[in-house]
Parts: sequence; structure tokens; C-alpha cells
Amino acid sequence: MSHDFMELPVVDHAANAERFNADVERTTWHDESLWHIRGKRDRAAASVEGWEELRELASQIKSHMLSRLDHYLVQFERQAEANGVHVHWAADAAEHNRIVHAILERHGAQRIVKSKSMLTEECGLNPYLEQHGIEVVDTDLGERIVQLMEEPPSHLVTPAIHVRKEEIGALFHEKLGTDAGSIDPQYLTEAMRQNLRARFLDADGAVTGVNFGVAETGGFVVVTNEGNADLGVHLAPVHVACMGIEKLIPRADHLGVFLRLLARSATGQPLSIYTSHFHRPTPGRELHVVLVDNGRTNQLARPDFRESLKCIRCGACLNTCPVYRRSGGHSYGTTLSGPIGSILTPGLDLEKFANLPFASTLCGSCGDVCPVKIDIPRQLHTWRQVAARAGHLSRGKRLVMRWAGRIFGRPPWYRRTGRVLRSLLRLLPRKLLYGPHNAWGRARELPNVPRQSFGEWYEDNRGKG
Amino acid sequence: MSDEKETSTRNTGTKTSRASILAAVRRAKPAPLPLPDPREPSRGKTSLSSESPDELVERFMDAVEAAAGSASMVDAAGVRARVSEVYPEASLAASVDGRWDFEDVRKVDASNVDVLVCAGMLGVAENGAVWVPESGMGLRAAPFLAQHLVLVVSRTEIVEDMHAAYDRIRIDEDGFGAFIAGPSKTADIEQSLVIGAHGPRSLLVLLVP
Repeated sequence: MSHDFMELPVVDHAANAERFNADVERTTWHDESLWHIRGKRDRAAASVEGWEELRELASQIKSHMLSRLDHYLVQFERQAEANGVHVHWAADAAEHNRIVHAILERHGAQRIVKSKSMLTEECGLNPYLEQHGIEVVDTDLGERIVQLMEEPPSHLVTPAIHVRKEEIGALFHEKLGTDAGSIDPQYLTEAMRQNLRARFLDADGAVTGVNFGVAETGGFVVVTNEGNADLGVHLAPVHVACMGIEKLIPRADHLGVFLRLLARSATGQPLSIYTSHFHRPTPGRELHVVLVDNGRTNQLARPDFRESLKCIRCGACLNTCPVYRRSGGHSYGTTLSGPIGSILTPGLDLEKFANLPFASTLCGSCGDVCPVKIDIPRQLHTWRQVAARAGHLSRGKRLVMRWAGRIFGRPPWYRRTGRVLRSLLRLLPRKLLYGPHNAWGRARELPNVPRQSFGEWYEDNRGKG
Repeated sequence: MSDEKETSTRNTGTKTSRASILAAVRRAKPAPLPLPDPREPSRGKTSLSSESPDELVERFMDAVEAAAGSASMVDAAGVRARVSEVYPEASLAASVDGRWDFEDVRKVDASNVDVLVCAGMLGVAENGAVWVPESGMGLRAAPFLAQHLVLVVSRTEIVEDMHAAYDRIRIDEDGFGAFIAGPSKTADIEQSLVIGAHGPRSLLVLLVP
């Protein structure tokens, strides 16, 4: 797997976005694909009377859960073990990978089918298992596409949203032997269905993520549209479910609240096709749950940012974000991209991801669509301050901010600077004004310059006497 | 798997991690916040409470069709005939314990089943989903392996929304259970909807009295 950009020391979102934007036609197409999903989400949300009350309810349930997370973790573990489920605890990604590998190894499992799990992406499970000689096949169509392309997913719900069907046609021609030049989605999907069906029947281990863990019953819920998670786990002798500790909800009847929000927010469907509830292993087989921290308790300890742990991974904030839509998921250099990635990931490594909270216009749309009402724009803004205080701003940005601070803090300076800039904007030749230093002016005209500021106008017209 | 090996795994990394994670949570968590009741005051109604049972059934059927499934009403005695009518080319149709006069899914190779007929416990009007507990599947993998899936639900078992559904079912009654809300589908190639991703290529919901 070439997760190359993950190893770069510092993610430069702006530079990555610029590369993405070099292909104007693709950028426009990407933008429109995501906006289309956003439109479906809006229609689905509008069809539910009391949608806002539902969001508020979901938000409060998650806040409550985080405030008693230790209690619910212990309750979940106790119930799950009583159900015959093996529960494991992993402090970090490395331990998670070791645990999953040990379980598979004990079963002699060599051919693993895996359904979509952002957690296992985050932990780098695939490369780890591959290094240990275990074959892992991602079975969600989008994930399989990016796996064959040797790329990470670019979106947490639709992993191959950045790939054109011509590219998928060529990829399947090479890897699956489909007809050269065939790009019909129906035909390509059928080819993958046939290819993966054999692998499902042949698999000796299955790995899934978890959408919701229910503390009260010790069970968990996995949601898919394709049915790939179920085909994997019900055919293989061992099922390992990997779950971030923040995925818990207290009670079974809370599922009604979250499931009504999840698919509508994600894709505009009233419910995903398969909502599977796991409580006990099939007799004679094994069911394991791995509870993973990997930085989550650190985030919980940050009052400004702990609300980000309420995320249910619907992707609505990505679909609506003007920056995500026009820069693509890979430009974030993280497992979770978009607005939610930009508030979760700096908590893992501030130096490396200090750039991400700036990959936003702070327009606020992400917060408006979030089904659990995470205050994403406020957290983006606060992360910027944290990054600045820790000295992670670029030299240019630091300089500009320092001077802006001085000018805005001193009214006479501010008035004088305004006068000078207004004159300069009028007098300087266009070539100089729109030079390489002016990033804003690259695709836009600067505003028309008024003769005087409002302050000066007021002084002239109303101020006297 | 030997118990001894299992114990050794539990006693190494994972046991100390359990303690350290729980300790970290206790240090990090905020002061206790209240747990709201999903039933109060408003939980996001999808319909008027004045809806009649017939209206609920109609809305349920519309939702099944909207999810690219199909729904129709039959008498209990007409299940077999309707399935043959809709799937005339099916060479292997099966059900749990051979109910409705099909083959017994547990006595055939489930991966060769063309049409599987399962009993659903209830249907949800807001999204067309049907709750199918493991006991209604015969084999857990069967409803996902079959080329086509038929779910038989009683007309009197249609509830308004997911809240009402969870009020009625016990999710841990069986070891496994699923809401099924349409045929298997994907839109992972340029957002083009394709029916029949990995699971059933079609879903027929039959409503019986």
C-alpha cells in the first residue's frame, strides 16, 4: 500500500489543494458530485418532522455518553462477555493491530474480508496484516477500488468519490479482466460482485468496523448498503469488530434516534439497506470486539474539542464543505478528511496537522448539517488559536498576523493604513497589484476602492456640530 | 482455540490497556450530563398520529418502492404462487424449514439459492425497513447470499417509525438480527445507482393479513 503522503512530516493542505485544482474539469465534477449528495441530504432531512429536535436529542445522548464513558465501557464489556463475545482493549493503533493479528493467527486465517472501517484505516491494519502474510480484501466497492489503486479512501462514506468511471474501467480491465473501454457502472459492479463472491465464500476471517455499540445489551450495529459486511462475517469462522471507544450509546432505544439521522445525513436515504445487530456469535464460531483508544481519551480531556468525539461518521460536513469539495479528501493527508478530520486530527499530532484548521472558510455550513450538532466551525477557529500559540503558523502568516494585530489594535494606525492602502490600490499598476504575493487576486478581482472610509464620510457629513 | 492461549492474550497488553484506558477516561471526562428521554418532548415525528393502519401500510409500501424494492399484498396461501409469478426462472427457491412449500434453506447449498423467502417480524413505514431476526433467516448468511430476497410481513405489523420499531423488538432476543430496507445497492462508481452490489438483486415484500 502506498500511503506515502501519510509519512510526510507536515501536511500542506493548500499546496495539495493546488495540485488537485490543476485539473479544472475534475475539480468541477468532484464539487458537483458532492453537492448532489448534499442536496439529497437536505430533502431527506426536510421530510422528517422534528428533525431539529432529533439532532438535539442525538447530541445530548452523545454528550451524556462521553460524560459517563467509563461506566458505559464497563457495562458494554460485561454484557458482551455474558453474550459470549470476546472483548479486547487497545490503547493505540499498534496494540489494535497486534490484537487483530493474534486473533486471526490463532484461527490460522490467511484470507480476510473486511468491510468499511475508518478505524482500521486510522490504525493502518491492512499494511500490518499484509506484512504478516495475511491477505486482506476490502469488500465495499468504493474501498475495493481505492485498494486496487493503492490509494487511501478520499471520503469516509464514498471512498472512491474522486475516481472517474473511465479510470475504474481501466483498473478493472487490468485487475479483473473486464472488457477494455467498458465503463458502464452496472457492468463494472457486476464484475466486482462475481470476483468478490468467490472471496466471501473462501474467506477464513472477517473484519468490520462498528457504527454503534449498545452498552445496555453488549451488542453492536454495522450498517451497509451493499451487504458486504454481512456476507463477510456470516461466512467466515471468526468475526473481529473494531470499535472506537466513543461509538457507544447507552440504550437500544437510542438506536432509533441515531439511525433516523445517519443515512439521511450521509446519502439522503431514509435508512441504509442493511442495519445489522450483532449480539452473540453463530454457534461454533467466534465473535471479537476490539475497543480502541488511540488518542480518543486525549481528545476527551480537551474541553474545547471533546465534542468532536460525538461524530457518527455520516460525512455530511464533507459533502457541504466548499473547501473539501474543491480540494478532495487526499489533500488533507489524514484518514478523516474534511471539516471533521480538521478538528479530530490536530489532536493526534498538532505539528503535522496544524495546517488543517485553516482549510476552511469558517462559513459554518458543516455545523449546520451535523446530525449530532458538533460545533465544528467554533472548533476549527479554536484549533487555529492553539496552532498559532504553539508556533505552527507559516512565517508569512505569522508576520501578517502580527502586523494585523498591531494595526487593528491602534485606531490611528488603522485609519492611516486604510488611507495608504486605498491610495495604493488606486495608483499601483495592475501588474504589481496582482503579483504572485496576491493569492486572493489569482481568481478574483479586488473590490472597488471607495474615495473615503465610512469613518471619514461620517466625520464630513454628520460629525460636525 | 485453546483457553490457555486466550488467557495469555488477555493477560498481556490488553489487560493493562483496559485499566489505563478506563483511568484515562475517568481523568478526562466532563462532569456528568443528563440523559434525555428519546420519547420526550418531541422525538421527530414522521407522520400524524391520526394515521390509520391502512395509511401506515400504504406509506410502508411506498417506502419499499422508493428504496427500489417492490411490495404487494397477498393471502397467506398465496405466497408460493406470487413468488413463482415474480421469479419464474428461479431454479431454487428456499425458506426456513421449507415454509410456504419451498425447499428448506438449511438442507440446500445456501450459496445456490435463487430466491429466499423469510418471515419478517415488522415493517417500518418511514423507511420501508423490515426487521428480520436470526430465527427468521434459517442461516445468518442466507438473506445476503440469495440472488433475490422475499420478506413476508403481516399487514398488522407495520409501525410508524424507528422509535416505534425499537419499542416493539428486543434487539438481543436472537444472536443476530437486521433491518433490511431494499435490495443490495451501491453508488460507488460516479454516484450511479446500481442495484445488486454483493447481496440480493431484488427485494419483494409480501404483506399478508
